[in-house]
Amino acid sequence: MRLLGTASDKKLFDENGLRLDGRSPGDLRPIRIETDVLNRADGSAFIEWGGNKIQVAVYGPREAYPRHMQDINQAFVRARYNMAAFSVDERKRPGPDRRSMEISKVISEALQAAVMVELFPRAQIDVFIEVLQADAGTRIAGLTASAVALAAAGVPMRDLVVGCTAGKVDGKVVLDLSKEEDNFGQADLPVAIMPKSGKVVLMQMDGDLSIDEFNEATSMIFKATERINQIQRDALKKNYANTAQDWGE
Amino acid sequence: MSNVKQIVMPGDPVEVQNLKPRNGVYKCGDNKYCSQFFGILQESEQFVDVVPFTGKYVPRRNDKVIGKVIEIGPSMWIVDISSTYTTLLHMNDAPWRVTSGELKRYMNVGDYVYAKVLSINEIKESWITMKDVGLKKLEGGTLVSIPAPKVPRIIGKGGSMVNMIKDSTHTRIMVGQNGVIWLDGAPENVIVAIGAIRKVEEEAHTVGLTDRVKKYLEDKKGEIVGNSE
Amino acid sequence: MPRDELDVMSEIKRNYILQKIRKDGIRADGRKLDEMRKVVIQTNFIPRASGSAVVTLGRTKVVCGIKIEAGEPFPDTPNQGVLTTNVELLPMAFPTFEAGPPSEDSIEIARVVDRGIRESKMIDLQKLVVEPAKQVWIVFIDIDVIDYDGNLIDACTIAAVSALATAVVPASTIGQKDFPLPITCRPASVTMVKIDNIVVVDPDLEEEQIASARLTVTMAEDGHLKAMQKGEPGFFTFEEIQKAIKTSSDVGNQIRDIYPK
Repeated sequence: MRLLGTASDKKLFDENGLRLDGRSPGDLRPIRIETDVLNRADGSAFIEWGGNKIQVAVYGPREAYPRHMQDINQAFVRARYNMAAFSVDERKRPGPDRRSMEISKVISEALQAAVMVELFPRAQIDVFIEVLQADAGTRIAGLTASAVALAAAGVPMRDLVVGCTAGKVDGKVVLDLSKEEDNFGQADLPVAIMPKSGKVVLMQMDGDLSIDEFNEATSMIFKATERINQIQRDALKKNYANTAQDWGE
Repeated sequence: MSNVKQIVMPGDPVEVQNLKPRNGVYKCGDNKYCSQFFGILQESEQFVDVVPFTGKYVPRRNDKVIGKVIEIGPSMWIVDISSTYTTLLHMNDAPWRVTSGELKRYMNVGDYVYAKVLSINEIKESWITMKDVGLKKLEGGTLVSIPAPKVPRIIGKGGSMVNMIKDSTHTRIMVGQNGVIWLDGAPENVIVAIGAIRKVEEEAHTVGLTDRVKKYLEDKKGEIVGNSE
Repeated sequence: MPRDELDVMSEIKRNYILQKIRKDGIRADGRKLDEMRKVVIQTNFIPRASGSAVVTLGRTKVVCGIKIEAGEPFPDTPNQGVLTTNVELLPMAFPTFEAGPPSEDSIEIARVVDRGIRESKMIDLQKLVVEPAKQVWIVFIDIDVIDYDGNLIDACTIAAVSALATAVVPASTIGQKDFPLPITCRPASVTMVKIDNIVVVDPDLEEEQIASARLTVTMAEDGHLKAMQKGEPGFFTFEEIQKAIKTSSDVGNQIRDIYPK
């Protein structure tokens, strides 16, 4: 979300070339993921990414309703991205708005690429993403946690999905935009991939980027996703410290 | 067979060598296989499987399952077996002489049934039957649910785990392949048995589980009714 | 994107399209992979609006009306005019379109079109201030889709840009002189879809139905990227994306040549 045209004397870099929060252009904010945090849901994950706090719950696969929505060939993934009223500075009126609907759509599509939906004709998989505190990059953080929740729910997938944002601030390409950088910067580029193959399943951009800047930004993103994917893996493994011996017949 | 197993995630490459890739793996390239699940890589003499830590029950023919009637049609019961899909029990596959429209008399919504999976089609519609030894409408007792992938752990090698729990607690236990478990016995005993089941569920993936469950049951001996002391 | 009335494309048609693309590098309607359908733009179609355009892109047809009204600026941007975009998929456009609140498809289309116009700074919003913090010009971009045969994003972008480029701010309604909407550039969006592993430009309805993924790239005359959107549940490799950016630069220039002067 960009606040255009606010006469901003806000300098987003200090004299050492560091960003407002002290990061270098290529630094990620701290990320922490936890799984199995909810009881009812089939799978769940909680992510903290910078100041973002996002809860994800997965239900399914389950038979799709209403009946006429069923696809006899495969399941569909329905992600619902929602921002809690208290998640942003100025209280947000509860309920889906156009932005949430678009974000829900692109997240659903990204996850649909990874989940083996062809194994579940007539079914749907619900992914609920609740942003409890927003700090820029919520759709990517939500998507990154959703992949973990789906895996934790035992949903068969081709690969996990992992993402990161990049952007342009004061003419410089930077990784993982903060809130101020998202508001006062010049470009925003969220990207998500399936890490084993590098296939891009989510990509949006707004702002102004030359083609060289775009390549620089995507290169930073691809490198960062390696680290973030490792955080996803560690979160999944954490609850399974002693691996099993005989599983029993 | 006591080597520590490998945990894998979706997309992780799976070494197949001269074994046959079976459950939980998919072809992800020329002669390359990958895991579909977050789970454990399991190698037997012939096969390579990835067993997910959790997940919905996937019906297989001849599986014994415990389900709950959720809807009644003119000629069949619609049963929830904790799977992605509901399953159907036709009146002709019930042990009673049922007439069309009279199904409620024999089994109503909310009743539980111990049945067998009869058939499944390509779009995962399935049918169950009660026409086999031991299958019946369940009366009394209590029910406990665990994720289907953990059922083999509850049963144990040749039934060793579930028999140990049954014997120590003097309870009757029927384990559905779909993760629904029925228990019956003195209330105090059922509580201990459920405790043992929950322990297995929580620690299903760990080493030394059998011993720990054994110890749990011994520790609870004093709470079990009917132990000749 | 909206599916056809049978919700199923006949296998025969599907195989025909795939075969032609794979074997001959030609699409079912004879187009080359990077060729757009015929575009016809008619501006000032609705004299009562501040600006308007009717655009046909192949058999897709959309109508864009611009209403410009004086109103209050947003509190956090007191020295700027306001821009807002809406797309209606009218039931007449397709057998399965239904009346009602905006679907996620129409929302996505509107937001992608809006971003292309907004991020390229096509309209100099700072020239739309009547009295700072009190009164500014609000530009309503409303697009009605009246016939659907694929690629609504590009049809709507062309219509919006054309209508804006010929729009007049009705300042006489507040006692001042009417003036043309201040335009700085003409962005062009180029939408491509992936069928099997082949990327084609400006998909028609049938191509959209068998496509696995969609990519829209919006650029302006300066050759910079202003907006991008990947859609549909498939994927692109990074090489495909880079190639698509190059294609959209070329095709975008072709579109710019057709825009009203």
